Amino acid sequence: MVNTDSNSKFALQATNLNLYYAAFRAVKDVNLSIERQKVTAIIGPSGCGKSTVLRSFNRMNELVPTARIEGEVHFLGQNIYDRQVDPVEVRRRIGMVFQKPNPFTKSIYENVAWGARLNGFKSGLGNPSMDEWVEHCLRKAALWDEVNDKLGQSGLSLSGGQQQRLCIARALAVSPEVILMDEPASALDPIATLKIEELMRELAEEYTIIVVTHNMQQAARVSDFTAFFSMDRDRAGYLVEYGPTNQIFTRPHNKQTEDYVTGRFG
Amino acid sequence: MPRQHFDRHLQSLLDQVLILGSMVDQAMTKAIDALKRQDHAAARRIYEHDLRVNEMRYALEDECITVIATQQPMARDVRFLAAILEIITELERIGDYAKGISKINILLGEVPVEPSILLDLQEMAVLGLGMLKRALDAFIAGDAEGARAIALEDDAVDALYLQVYRKVMALSLADPSGIEHFNHLMWAAHNLERMADRITNICERIVYVATGEMKELDTSDDEMRNHG
Repeated sequence: MVNTDSNSKFALQATNLNLYYAAFRAVKDVNLSIERQKVTAIIGPSGCGKSTVLRSFNRMNELVPTARIEGEVHFLGQNIYDRQVDPVEVRRRIGMVFQKPNPFTKSIYENVAWGARLNGFKSGLGNPSMDEWVEHCLRKAALWDEVNDKLGQSGLSLSGGQQQRLCIARALAVSPEVILMDEPASALDPIATLKIEELMRELAEEYTIIVVTHNMQQAARVSDFTAFFSMDRDRAGYLVEYGPTNQIFTRPHNKQTEDYVTGRFG
Repeated sequence: MPRQHFDRHLQSLLDQVLILGSMVDQAMTKAIDALKRQDHAAARRIYEHDLRVNEMRYALEDECITVIATQQPMARDVRFLAAILEIITELERIGDYAKGISKINILLGEVPVEPSILLDLQEMAVLGLGMLKRALDAFIAGDAEGARAIALEDDAVDALYLQVYRKVMALSLADPSGIEHFNHLMWAAHNLERMADRITNICERIVYVATGEMKELDTSDDEMRNHG
């Protein structure tokens, strides 16, 4: 993962991507380029392979024993599935936030510091101290003001929305370039949801965000680009249409996209 | 079709737009008829009728905004609702032109109107109202091609406008004492010319709903040339 092209317009490029669970082809023939420092939303009906595609972007799908991939996923120019590429390094640079907030059963401080330490974070010599880094990450995740007087408390003592922002702070602690979010707000109330959405917009100034969401209005509100997936008769998910979010939601080119976004489908 | 409630709402909005269209059509038809007869009482009734047009336009606008806020329309649905917001504004303006012609009718008093100009005005109204009727049909059908063709008919209305202008100029030169009277006739023609422009705008919205393409429809309308 050293020879990545930092000038590339695209953070991730999937080419002829096919994803299988044993003999079942879950996703077929996906070609998709994700622009850097933008929010890209992946939408589509249940079972269309949205999360499978998302997980293939940081080799998280490999953790499922029967999963298999064909095709390539280039991260800033390098195929992340090349034999010499270390999946742990891929997952450091392409982080993930899940549907259900899953903080460690540690203090708020340790939730952020632990991953950083594990990934070789070193303070001093021009680097921030660990305290400074934890504050930096919590500020980036828009959580600092709510937790700065109780950093020693358990991460699990926070509300659902706060826990999710803690998980985002934890993802940021290892200095990723891309953050994958799988339904990050679906377990949250509307106010907590809006906070996460605001946060996504802010994070896109520095990071590339890809978010899978069931909530079309959320995709319309937060994303710059939208990819709409559907599935064929064999239940293989495929990319129907990809484009700027304003185009997808006001004048989609594809009839299937039109039917889905107007709610006449599914 | 899991959105039957929403679809019924959209259909009801469309029906009401058609009713509003028919109200302004009638207002203009009556305004021209009253002008022909120089019937001032009928002209005053058109004034009162315009209040109902305005009320309906605001009620429709309110309903559209409510649907947008509560139903989160997307794609064609949001284009349709945005188009309705524009179209009802254009229709209300056409109602205002009918009112404008009624006002001119009263201002003209008992002075007889030059018959050939009256014929031109009638012809402008017939062409414009024909465009309106077919534009509303195209809106129901989502017919972009039809809408583009209707917009082209604006040229014929502009040509008649130019004809009235020339006649008014000639009459004014021949009889400067009648300049105010002739000027009123020019205003009546102007109202009718603007009506056709508004219908062209409606046609642009129909194309937008059908195709997602938002741009001005080209007519050979060139007011600089007409007045140059």
